Amino acid sequence: MNENGPAKAVLQLNEVHTYYGRIHALKGISCRIPSGGIVCLIGANGAGKSTTLMTICGVQPAAKGEILFEGRPIHRMRPEQIASLGISQVPEGRQIFPLMTTLENLEMGAYLRKDRDGIKRDLEKVYSLFPVLKERRNQLGGTLSGGEQQMLAIARALMSRPRLLLLDEPSLGLAPLLVERIFDTIQEINRAGTPIFLVEQNAQMALSISGWGYVMETGRIVLADRARALLEDEQVKKAYLGE
Amino acid sequence: METQAFLVQQIVNALFLGSIYALIALGYTMVYGIIQLINFAHGEMFTAGSFIGLIVLGALQRMGFVESHFVLSMFVVFAMAMAYVAFLGVAIEHVAYKPLRRASRLSALLSALGMSIFLSNGMMLSQGVSDRAYPPVLGTGGIHVLGARITYGQIFIVAFAVALMVGLNLFVKKTKLGKAMRATAQNRRMAGLLGINIDKTIRTTFVIGPALGAAAGVMVGMYYGSVRFDMGFIPGIKAFAAAVLGGIGNITGAMVGGMLIGMVEVLWAAFLPSEWKDVTAFIVLILVLYFRPTGILGERVIEERV
Amino acid sequence: MVRREIQRFCIYTLFLTILVLPMVGMRGPEFEARRAFTVLSVLVGVLLLTTVFRLLRETSFYRNLGQRIRQRRDRALGKIQVLPRPVALGSLFFLLALFPFAANNYVIDVAITVLIYVTLGLGLNVVVGLAGLLDLGYIAFYAVGAYTYSLLNLHYGIPFWFALPFGVVIGSLCGCIIGYPTLKMRGDYLAIVTLGFGEIIRLVLNNWDNLTKGPNGLLGMDKPKLILPSFSDGGLSWTVVPLKSLPSLYFVILAVALLTVIAVHRLNNSRIGRAWIAIREDETAAELTGIPTTLLKLLAYALGAVFAAVAGAFFAAKLSYTNPNFFVFLESCVVLSIVVLGGMGSIPGIILGALALIAIPELFRELASYRMLAFGGAMTVMMVLKPEGFIPATRRKRELHEEELESEEAADE
Ligand SMILES: Nc1ncnc2c1ncn2[C@@H]1O[C@H](COP(=O)(O)OP(=O)(O)OP(=O)(O)O)[C@@H](O)[C@H]1O
Ligand SMILES: [Mg+2]
Repeated sequence: MNENGPAKAVLQLNEVHTYYGRIHALKGISCRIPSGGIVCLIGANGAGKSTTLMTICGVQPAAKGEILFEGRPIHRMRPEQIASLGISQVPEGRQIFPLMTTLENLEMGAYLRKDRDGIKRDLEKVYSLFPVLKERRNQLGGTLSGGEQQMLAIARALMSRPRLLLLDEPSLGLAPLLVERIFDTIQEINRAGTPIFLVEQNAQMALSISGWGYVMETGRIVLADRARALLEDEQVKKAYLGE
Repeated sequence: METQAFLVQQIVNALFLGSIYALIALGYTMVYGIIQLINFAHGEMFTAGSFIGLIVLGALQRMGFVESHFVLSMFVVFAMAMAYVAFLGVAIEHVAYKPLRRASRLSALLSALGMSIFLSNGMMLSQGVSDRAYPPVLGTGGIHVLGARITYGQIFIVAFAVALMVGLNLFVKKTKLGKAMRATAQNRRMAGLLGINIDKTIRTTFVIGPALGAAAGVMVGMYYGSVRFDMGFIPGIKAFAAAVLGGIGNITGAMVGGMLIGMVEVLWAAFLPSEWKDVTAFIVLILVLYFRPTGILGERVIEERV
Repeated sequence: MVRREIQRFCIYTLFLTILVLPMVGMRGPEFEARRAFTVLSVLVGVLLLTTVFRLLRETSFYRNLGQRIRQRRDRALGKIQVLPRPVALGSLFFLLALFPFAANNYVIDVAITVLIYVTLGLGLNVVVGLAGLLDLGYIAFYAVGAYTYSLLNLHYGIPFWFALPFGVVIGSLCGCIIGYPTLKMRGDYLAIVTLGFGEIIRLVLNNWDNLTKGPNGLLGMDKPKLILPSFSDGGLSWTVVPLKSLPSLYFVILAVALLTVIAVHRLNNSRIGRAWIAIREDETAAELTGIPTTLLKLLAYALGAVFAAVAGAFFAAKLSYTNPNFFVFLESCVVLSIVVLGGMGSIPGIILGALALIAIPELFRELASYRMLAFGGAMTVMMVLKPEGFIPATRRKRELHEEELESEEAADE
């Protein structure tokens, strides 16, 4: 395993273990997200990718190991505290509030913020990023299409002005054209300065926009390298790129 | 003329009873919406509110305060009863429900049943087994509408109940905490990810629901003139039926369901043998659910089983 | 740690003060300080004890102690399990059979009640534990059984054993009638609808004066009779013995309870039982795999009702009396707690649950008024401490276990 991870990390996981009851889902995960970069995490179903993100956010707290965000340990904090530090997640399956309107969903994204003007400006910003959300602003979240929901989920995460954005399979179930748009948007968000930790099944796409990549298997990180190097890696090609 | 007066009278009665059921049903529906638990102790909260109302009202009356400052003393009575029961609600949530959030729903349900039995027996031991009389403060004055007599007490109670419901709706729709509550009810994990303090939000639900139940308890005490340790049981299950009728978890549904149950019950009592009136709520419930299994306004579909 | 516990203690004390003083102290116009503060100090004392306990639990001394106790207990349990199953069961039978000869009437009476509740608990377990249908009106079937026997016996003089089949048929019919409209409903909607049905049946019994004598109840039913061989006058002859004494009634209900245990045990491991579990776990999936869910749910209700009806008939015959107040909602709660407290779906758990919930409160008969208070409190405390019940069903344990093993295997590939 390549231990020379990227330098100057916003987020660093050291030997993190997580359990679901007695099921040992993460068996000592270590990884680093550099400030300003995109890092992706790929792996088969059930490898523990979503669990990694949920552990970072404190929803499924780490039983052992440490998680540092901007140098501060966060692994003992509760989800809302971690959110207030500026970590924002777009979870698997979108998790839109079905009985709230698009606008209300976006407002919930800015729940921890107090600056009304800033919120208003950011609202305009995400509307310009995803114009369809503006059209649908008074429609209930549950009645949006899958793609619209995915956009809403990303937009909602952006409303908190995250200092780190975690994305869990943003391309799941979307048409190829939309996938491309979402990935473009991810890069755009990153260019504006937000570091991104991207979990993906679509390894080709994910690696092509990331600087660094991790490969996960059954609760462990088995490969870590520059994304470009992973794209060339024979093992990765065979297992995840379908070549 | 006669029948018209009779009808108006029945409508007023139905509105009154419906408001009471609606207020209690709100507590069931809000708690259910947020933690998917049938709070069986809710009927006892209604009773506790009634008792505290009686205690405060009695004290104020002995001080002669009720005569001199009627409106203020009404305010104090309701505020104290609602505050006390809110405390009770928060305490019960903390002790009996919070540790069971990840356990099976049946365990939590039994915990709630245990609390219900505990509270009603606790009130029996502390406040006695027999009926306790409420001071008649609402008076008998009233107005005549289309030949029917409507007392000021009835007007006051219905108006106050409606005000509470409007207030609740505004709270849930407009305030940040209210929106957090709805978000938590719809997707708890996501709400946490967005920085909403789940424990605090659930606690808020256990402040508001029981407080509304307490208000209903004071109203019933004032209107019917007596309290008893077990008076919460029947209205409790009827209000629960009302909440299910409207579509449990749905706040508007609880109000609609409460009004409907109140109305049907008054109509039944007016025209049919009244010893059967307690059956009506269930018959209506079963009929409605048979044809609309998710209640009148539909159930909030929570697929995620916690 | 210590600071947090002290903080907790203070907040809880504040809450207790606010909650206890007005409710307990203000029964009349005067504040009864002694009463209020006595209750408060008892509660704060309990709170203090738990706080001390929580603090102690963190110390190493206590942890070691806990470990040692656990080891001892495991060793002791190991020894018990060394007994081969037939021997254990055999000695249990022996004890149960000898029991009435060693006990006085009061104890036998309690034992009969426990056995009735074992039957009820096992019956409700079919509905709740196996099929996963929440039933809060179960006691209604008990009432149906009791009233069916009472009415048949009083009006037509039909003896117990001949009335029993009627009770079974009417009970299962009632089960289907109640089950049918609820088939489409899920989970918690069932709770209120079954509760409603239970109340309707009770109110019918209460209000239909002509038939049921209303709240006064029915009186004077015959006890069950047995036909026994007798050799008293030289040759063999058959005599009809009315079971008047408590020990003889005990044996009958013991037989009923044992039959129920056997029936439920066999159901547990039958195809039907597995289909019920499939419905409980995921109804849609069960339906898609071709399990006739509607029929099976009705069957669960009907079977559960049958057990309750038999218990009810026996109950009415034993007392020669019945009235609607025996069948209040609280009784449904008690039976449900037996099922859940024992450990959903586990037969030994339910027997233990019935013992705990029926026999233990009997010990505190003198404290009648505090009994229900303690019952309610204990129910909550039990659930909080052991949400899965005393003895969780083995099938569930196994299910959990398999999941673990699988994930371990997957992990080690
Ligand atoms: N709530 C849960 N309870 C028990 N086990 C769980 C739970 N959630 C996940 N697991 C288990 O933890 C392991 C990792 O799951 P996780 O969801 O993190 O996988 P993943 O890599 O995100 O897979 P996918 O690509 O399918 O989303 C799996 O074996 C899964 O069965
Ligand atoms: Mg995943």
